Formats: sequence, structure tokens, C-alpha cells
Amino acid sequence: MILDRIFPAGDQNVSRRTVLSVGLAVGGGLLLGIGIPALVDEALAADDKSFSPNAFVRIDPDGQVTLIVCQVEMGQGTYTSMPMLIAEELGVDLAQVHVEHAPPDDKLYSNPLIGFQVTGGSTSVRGFWKPLRIAGAAARTMLVATAAQAWKVDAASCHVEKGTVIHAATGRRLAYGALVAQAAKQTPPTDVALKDPKDFTLVGKPVKRTDTADKVNGKAEYGIDVKIPGMKIATVAACPVIGGKLASVDDSKAKAVKGVREIVRLDNAVAVIADHMGAAKKGLEALVITWDGGANAKYSTADLVAQLADAAKKPGAVAQQDGDVGAAMAGAATKIEAVYEMPLLAHTTMEPMNCTVHVRADGCEIWVGTQVLSRAQATAAAVTGLPLDKVKVHNHLLGGGFGRRLDIDGVTQAVQIAKQVAYPVKVVWTREEDVQHDVYRPYYYDLLSAGLDGKGAPVAFSHRVVASSILARWAPPFFKNGLDIDAVDGAAGPYGVPNVLVDYVRQEPPAGLTTGWWRGVGVTHNAFMVEGFIDELAVAARQDPVAYRRALLDKNLRARGVLDLAADKAGWGKPLPGDVGRGVSLVFGFGTYIAQVAEVSVGKDGRVKVQRVVCAVDCGRQVNPDTIRAQMQGGVIYGLTAALYGEITLRDGRVEQGNFDSYPALRIDEAPTIEVHIVDSQEEPGGMGEPGTATIAPAVVNAVYALTGKRLRKLPIDTSQLKSA
Amino acid sequence: MAFDIKINGTSHSVDVDGDTPLLWVLRDVLGMTGTKFGCGMALCGACTVHQDGTAIRSCITPIESVGTGEITTIEAVGQTEAGQKIQKAWLDVEVVQCGYCQSGQIMSASALLAGNPHPTDGDIDDAMSGNICRCGTYVRIREAIKQAAQPAATNERRG
Ligand code: FES
Ligand code: FES
Repeated sequence: MILDRIFPAGDQNVSRRTVLSVGLAVGGGLLLGIGIPALVDEALAADDKSFSPNAFVRIDPDGQVTLIVCQVEMGQGTYTSMPMLIAEELGVDLAQVHVEHAPPDDKLYSNPLIGFQVTGGSTSVRGFWKPLRIAGAAARTMLVATAAQAWKVDAASCHVEKGTVIHAATGRRLAYGALVAQAAKQTPPTDVALKDPKDFTLVGKPVKRTDTADKVNGKAEYGIDVKIPGMKIATVAACPVIGGKLASVDDSKAKAVKGVREIVRLDNAVAVIADHMGAAKKGLEALVITWDGGANAKYSTADLVAQLADAAKKPGAVAQQDGDVGAAMAGAATKIEAVYEMPLLAHTTMEPMNCTVHVRADGCEIWVGTQVLSRAQATAAAVTGLPLDKVKVHNHLLGGGFGRRLDIDGVTQAVQIAKQVAYPVKVVWTREEDVQHDVYRPYYYDLLSAGLDGKGAPVAFSHRVVASSILARWAPPFFKNGLDIDAVDGAAGPYGVPNVLVDYVRQEPPAGLTTGWWRGVGVTHNAFMVEGFIDELAVAARQDPVAYRRALLDKNLRARGVLDLAADKAGWGKPLPGDVGRGVSLVFGFGTYIAQVAEVSVGKDGRVKVQRVVCAVDCGRQVNPDTIRAQMQGGVIYGLTAALYGEITLRDGRVEQGNFDSYPALRIDEAPTIEVHIVDSQEEPGGMGEPGTATIAPAVVNAVYALTGKRLRKLPIDTSQLKSA
Repeated sequence: MAFDIKINGTSHSVDVDGDTPLLWVLRDVLGMTGTKFGCGMALCGACTVHQDGTAIRSCITPIESVGTGEITTIEAVGQTEAGQKIQKAWLDVEVVQCGYCQSGQIMSASALLAGNPHPTDGDIDDAMSGNICRCGTYVRIREAIKQAAQPAATNERRG
């Protein structure tokens, strides 16, 4: 997927290309800048090839270590796993390392953070795994050298312990804080020795997250919690018809609502600004609005699907071509074809979209939780006409990201509103607005076909992906020759098939219906298609689904390893109660291998209840095993919500869902037990934020098939097909 | 008109329409932002607070209905025995991900525990199924409630 290209996982070159700079921090500390070229792709970054660090480590004279990164914390544990990497190599306690959001607000750093700042694609640990360790090791080397010089001893005779350099022979000790001023005058070492992973004392051990204490007592401040003196609260209604405009609005009744201050009109929306959200909502309800629906006033999901089905008839841009699928298909003993579909999806991050903005004549300040800081800044500059350096963005904790906060539509709108008033305004979307004006996961309409030989093994496999292109909109330089590399990520599956053809047809919905990233992105979509279809092949071959997959994994031993582990732990093949079915799926994505076995039952009303999920994960070397488990558990729930309920539909150009009643989320009484088994691996770390989400839907539909004989090729699961009473 | 309400033991006078939900009085008028907004329709539980010890959804509680009821929010629930146990268990079990839903989860869980020191799985489902967590922390929420419900000695050992 795209973020993989921007942040190559396990790239051996990363260590060589990591650039360090060193300097004296204001206040006498040691400041180490880390330039990680892997994080700055030429296609997206400025042409500036000069040294531009994208992370800093500062060690203060009091010994405190601060890591300044562009990654944001949205629940994935980044603010714990990244300091772990520094602490491990630097030789300090984890408690000594603090994290700050970049770009920093203070004036400590002359070197601005340039590049493309983004948190997404399960990249945090992968992108920073080597560079942060190198930075920690480099700082340690300089501190040891400084102490050794002062003592006039060989640096090799010194060691470090909990933030102190020790010369064991003489018992002399110097704390890091006492050394930083001198160390800052050194040239950073070009070649540092990293710890042998077998000597790790912190990395790989379950560590308590450092950001949780304030999240259980109400103190944690998310974007929506920002308080600025003089601030008012606004809520918005954008045209409910996609791409439509505001025709007129009568605000006389709204203005009479106690606490309402102003009504602001935009091209396609109205905002009510008030003293508090209660008044703003009441004011919004009191508006009499006439919308101009425009060209999409009759558009519906059926139109969207018909357009995709039509587009699917044409060949697309070729993404992968191995052997000769046409010839192999012609010679196959059995041919199987299927259409698989996945719906538009909203994200419903728990924290609804919001953004606080203060526009003044000489500058603009923004308070928001975003995955893309620099884009938030750029859109504010564009809307206000201010130069970029007059726009200051304060990032906050994210109440969930899931890809939604990789888009800045909400920031743009908030700045448009704030531009019209003299005070800071916090724009908060209602849940209905959040669902009806999301940037949706694309609708996917895929054609799969396979040819099997006389023994049932696949000799040909083709997969045509038909959907809108997120990449063409979000990162156009990566959309080349009609191919969206994210949309086809994982489209061939992890199996060894001699003849493979994957192609992609781009079909965009009308302007106004924007599609975007959703947890697990291309991998999540392709996992459902491929893993459902491979199960169909196993059925056609009259073979056990695990054995069938296994036979195709001779050359993919890590994939086979997790499949075996999941099957073993789940008791695959052992008898189940008659009303329970078992299904399996296997996914490779984000550098991580996952197999899941789901056990499901189906009620008389057709409702699917997932009772147990067994996950086997090989994500390479583990940084924080507890975070890996948490991400797997959460990923399963997120993916299950989508598999069972997730569907955005359009009618008369309007999104039909609004709140958690019509766009439900899985609840605790529906949550399965989830077992996570992690493979002890020495490979480069893989991403964990998304693959768990990708794997669950196919495991569930395969289990439904095992139980009922009904093959579900479309999400969400249609309970009417499974009714028995 | 002005309403006098008691929150976390302190009296406040607020001048808003009587139908204003308690949620917005807490968050926007009094600046107590620990209580969260998630749906505004009693569908997600993010806004849960206690009224005289009972869990209520503040997003659908008009300020005029609060009367002399004592409101407790996430900011002060740690001062109650059940709330303190729940918060500790939440940290021990490492429940939290993004954390946004957790104020509401903790308020629901501590009301449950205060009224039912040994909840069964069914009791947990009943008390907690009104609280959505999009990060999917349900497995750990269940575990944490069970841990908090254990006798203190056992708690120590596990912690
Ligand atoms: S905000 Fe009150 S229940 Fe969702
Ligand atoms: S922890 Fe993120 S919504 Fe529950």
C-alpha cells in the first residue's frame, strides 16, 4: 500500500541512510536530530535535499530524555513503543523518556521538521525501528566518549547503566545530564554499534503504556476538549445531498435561541455558533434551510453499483502478471468465477470530527487531532491566504483515527467558518454529520476467477479490482498508468499459483462522494475477496480449507507458520457442537502475517454470533507484545463491526445512515473471546495497527459457509439469507 | 434561566435553557471535558455520569431534570470506592487504547460495581452494552471489571 512505499518496511538501507546531526539545545542539553530519508519520499516532499531531521532526541542537563516525533498517538501505543527503542539503546529507564508532538511550539529548534508528516499504514514502529535505535546508540556513544575523555580512560572500559556512564575499574560515575553540554560539541559517530537483540532488556517485553493514566481520570485532552479564552462552539449542517449547495437559509428562529451568537453561511453548509453545543444544536434545528441538491439529487447506491459492474467489463491496468492465465485457464479441469462486493463504509471514530480555529489578521491557530499535521497547516494557509509560517497547528490526542484523520476536510471547513468571525471557534460535528459527511471507504466490486487442475490445485488465478482510487486523490504522484497500488495490495493472496493476473479498473463516484483510507485499506478489502474465494476453491476441490491453503504455501513459510499455529490453537479438525461453524483466513499485510480461526453460530433470525476468534501473528520482532495483543483484539472488533453491520447507502443523493442506531457498532455483549498467539520471530518488525481488521471478515464468512452451506460474497453479512425460521 | 446543580460535591449556578443537556453544561459551560460526546442520543455511553450513584447518559438529561440530584463525573469518580477500584483495574489490565470512550466505560463500570460487587458475565453485558468502544477494548473491559470485583487480597497478588 501507499504508506509502505513512503515508509518501506524492513528496508535495509534505512540504517545506512539515517542521518544524524548534533547540537546544543537551549538550556545546555544535547540535541540530536535524526533524518530518516525513508520517511521523506521524493514524490511527496519538497525538493530540499539538505538535512532536515524528522525526529529529535533531546537530553537535558537534569537527565530527562525527550523524543520529539511527528507521529501522533491515536490509541496504537506509539508513545510507548517509540521511547522503548530509544531507551533500549541509550541505556536509560523508560520512565526517563518523554514524548512531545512535533512540530514543537517552542523555539528550541532552528531546524523545522520538513517532509510529509503522517501517522498511518501501521508504520510507526516499522519506520522508526532502526533510526531511533541508531539515535539512542549514537547518543550513548557520545556520552561515553565524553566521560572517558574527562577521566582519561579508554571508552571501551566504560559502560552505561540507567542514564549513568560508569568506569567500573575505578568506580567513577557520571550521570548523562552532567555530560550533555560537552557531548554536544562532538561530531556524531558515523557508524554506531547497535545492541544485539538478544541483549535487549526492554524491547520485546510487555510494557505498560505511558499515556494511560490521564485517560482513566478525564484529564487527557483530545482535540474536542480544547479550551481557548473567548472561544465559542459551532455545529454544522452541510448539504445532505452529496456535492450539493446551500440555496438559502432563514435563521430568524435560530437567532432567537438563547446562547446562539451567529449564523455562518458557506457554499455548501451552514454553521450555528453559540456559547455551548446545546445551544448550537438547538439553533441548527431551528434553521429553515433550502438545499440545492444539484446533479446528484437522484443518485443512489444502485447507480454506484451499476457503474462499477459496467466498468468491470473492461480490462484494467495490470498490477501483476505471472505466467499465462489465459492458457492455463483454457487447460484447467474446473473453472470457478465469482463477484465479490464490499460496501461504502464510514469510520465513526469515537471522537466525532472537530477542529478549533482562531483566525486573526496576522495569523491563524488551529487545535486539532490529525494524522496529517502539515496538510492541516497547508489547507488553513490556502483558505485564509496567510503564509504557511503564520499558521500554527497544535496537535492533540486523537479519539480514534482509523484513516479518517488522514483527511483534512473538517479542518478546511472549520477555517472557512472561523474566517468569518472575530473569536476562536470550536467546530464540532454531530454524529449524524460525522456519518453523513465522512470520507468513505470505497465500494469494491471485484471479479475473481480460477482454474483448477484435476487434483483441485489452482493453476490460474485472476483478480480484477474495480473501485475508486484513493491514491489518485490523496497522493497523486503515486497513481501511475491507471494503477492504484493500494487497491491491489494483497489482491493475489499469499499463495503460490503459477499463473496470476491482477488488474485494476478505476471507477469514480460523482464529485462530492469522496473515498478515503479506512483501517487496513487495500489489504482489508483484498483479504475478504481472496480468502473467501480460496475457500470456494477448497470446497470445489473437496479439500479441507486449512490443508488446501497449506499445500500452496511451500514457498511462504512464515505464512504457513501462522496458519499452522492458528489451526493448532483453535483445535482445527476437532469436533464442534452442531450449531457452531469454524472458518479460517490468512493474510499478509504491512509486513505482518496473520491467520485467524473464527467460530460462529447463526440464530434462527439469521444473525451471526461470533463466539471465539483465535489469532496467530508473526509480526517479526516484537517491540511491545502487550500492544500487539491489544491491536489484534481491537482490530478484530473493528473488522467484525464492518463485517456484520457496516454499510453506507445512498438514496436521492443522501447517505441514509446517521447515528449508531442506523450505523451500528459491535458492543460488549456481541464481542467474541479473542485469543492471540504471537510467533517468536527475529525478522524486521511488521505493522500491527491494521492487519487484525483485515483478517476477520473472511474467517467469519468462511465459518458461516461451514455451518450453513451459504457462501456470502458481499459484506455486510445479509442475515435474510441465513434465516431458518 | 439559572439552575443550581451539584457536581462532584460543588454547587454551580448555570444560566441556560432548561432543556439543555447536562453534557454541554459540563463540557462547554463548566469546562469539565472529561465527560465525552459520542452520539447525543443515548446510543454510545461516552457521556455517562452518575446521578445519585446511578449511571445516566448526560447527553439526554435536560439540566432542568437534575434538581437536587448529586452528579459525579469521571473527574471525581476516583474518590468513590468502586470508581477507584475500577480505575486501578483499568490501568492494571491496560484496557485503554485511544481512550476517548473510557470515561464513559469507567462510569458505567463503577456504577455496576458499586451496586453489584460480584457481577456475572451477564451482569457485565447488561451494564456495559450501552457503551461503545470503537477501538475494541471489550475483552479487556470485561477482564478489568472482574479483576476489580475480586477481594482486595487477591487484587494485590495479581497487581
Ligand atoms: S453521547 Fe450520550 S450516549 Fe452517546
Ligand atoms: S479506547 Fe478508543 S473508543 Fe474506546
